[in-house]
Amino acid sequence: MLASGILGLSAESLSNIVMGGAGAIVTKSVGLKPRKGYANPTVVQTSYGLINAMGLPNPGITEFIKEIHEAKSFGVPVIVSVYGFSAEEYATVAKKAVNAGSDAVELNVSCPHVKETGSEIGQNPEILAEVVRKVKAVVEKPVFVKLSPNVTNIAEIAEVAAKAGANALTAINTVKAMAIDTETTVPILSNKIGGLSGPAIKPVAVSCVYEIYERVKLPIIGCGGITNWRDVVEFLLAGATAVQIGTAIALKGPNVFKKVTRGIDAYLKRKGFKSVNEIVGLSHCS
Amino acid sequence: MKLSAYRIAANKLRTAHILSVETESPTVKIFTFKDKQCARAKPGQFLMLWIPSVDEIPLSILDAKENGMVSVAVRKVGEATGAFHNKSVGELVGVRGPFGNCFTLKEGRILMVSGGTGTAPILFLAERLAPKIAKLVFVLGAKTREELLFLNKSKRILGGEKTQLIATTEDGSCGIKGLVTKPLERLLEQERFDMIYTCGPEQMMRKVFDLAEKYGVALEASLERLMRCAIGLCGSCVIGRYRVCKDGPVFTAKQLRENKSEFGISKRGFSGRKIPL
Repeated sequence: MLASGILGLSAESLSNIVMGGAGAIVTKSVGLKPRKGYANPTVVQTSYGLINAMGLPNPGITEFIKEIHEAKSFGVPVIVSVYGFSAEEYATVAKKAVNAGSDAVELNVSCPHVKETGSEIGQNPEILAEVVRKVKAVVEKPVFVKLSPNVTNIAEIAEVAAKAGANALTAINTVKAMAIDTETTVPILSNKIGGLSGPAIKPVAVSCVYEIYERVKLPIIGCGGITNWRDVVEFLLAGATAVQIGTAIALKGPNVFKKVTRGIDAYLKRKGFKSVNEIVGLSHCS
Repeated sequence: MKLSAYRIAANKLRTAHILSVETESPTVKIFTFKDKQCARAKPGQFLMLWIPSVDEIPLSILDAKENGMVSVAVRKVGEATGAFHNKSVGELVGVRGPFGNCFTLKEGRILMVSGGTGTAPILFLAERLAPKIAKLVFVLGAKTREELLFLNKSKRILGGEKTQLIATTEDGSCGIKGLVTKPLERLLEQERFDMIYTCGPEQMMRKVFDLAEKYGVALEASLERLMRCAIGLCGSCVIGRYRVCKDGPVFTAKQLRENKSEFGISKRGFSGRKIPL
């Protein structure tokens, strides 16, 4: 499925992703009120990934409802990514998203570059549990919790989310990062701090999935640096039952989804597996 | 790893010293710097220019030479462009790019229509195309005589029997009084063109597009939108299902036909909300 933050502000731009073979789409994170995001530069292209600090630009859930309606017409599940500045805000936005037709919600408790939301919530077990409980209390669709790698022990946080009622866990969001231009000595991002995505973080993400799988019996959606089928297989072996792709769209275009799916099929056939389920968590047996 | 055209690191930020600053009009300056990658840009492509500690803005490439020199034209419209205008020779700016697609190089009878700083990519195209084509009519528009950009450069590029330069100003201080679209209808009625290239304010381009449709002439237009990532990920610049930074900035009449409800009418603002142009 498409990872949150990529395109996803307009339904029409997501149609290419669906045509490219994505099995589900996750929208950009939406909050209660419109947000302009940060001034540019909001991205830094590095050799092995991308650092971004967009600052959660979004039109607010009320305005976004029409995009959800339109995205629903593409024939794949639509998952609205939700952020808030309090547990109540998360619950209000999640409820509106589900009422508008969202098939599930993914709680962004892991954005590393906006204060008083995102990872500031996902790094605090008490607040995280409260957010998940309040959202679960008002929506009847599955609730995914997208976890931050910027914690001491991600498996512990995953367990907190699971006990609070999460239905699935997405691992991971971007890794807190920064880039400074040596010639001008100036931090490049206007927000100075951002989040790293892309191939650089894949090994980090795989270890997070592996550790969560050992501790929590919930479906895990692997995310972080997936560029080809081999990356996906690695996540599945570590224990993910689904994966999200984002930054690779800049590397390979929207058809990356079809390409990795074909690659996985060929791998399963070559190795004699009947179903993808046979390899989920397989590396834990070895 | 197989190299791909989409490689993220292929055009990452680097810095360049400003080598010259020319005042083109009371509000427009031309900055030139050396950048090997952008020097290979094709007409229609753009770059992201970083003004350290201030902002990063998309700019059309006005000129790119084999010796590595790259020029951009900047109108002072806000904080970022104001800060850029205050920069002088020797100061550092950041550059990413070149990004996006380019105009197709069509030969035959060509009509170019530009307004304001939208003239930059069209003139870059004219310079590359001029030696090859049968006929070129260039319609250049501005509000006033003093804002009529690149007049000298245009005259130099278009100084041949095969070419014709038509200037329009809204106040009538130079050339035909009115919008660039004023001489167009007559031109399209009287002459047969193989292609129209246009860049400028989007409402202007919409009128040019509508006329091209009416007279059945192929068209390519270069669009501008709010840009953030410039590599097709963030979705800030979308029009319909297209990303202006990656699928554009140059669009064909066929693509624009799909987006008649947005083209020349609305764009996405900072929050992603549709706002009138």
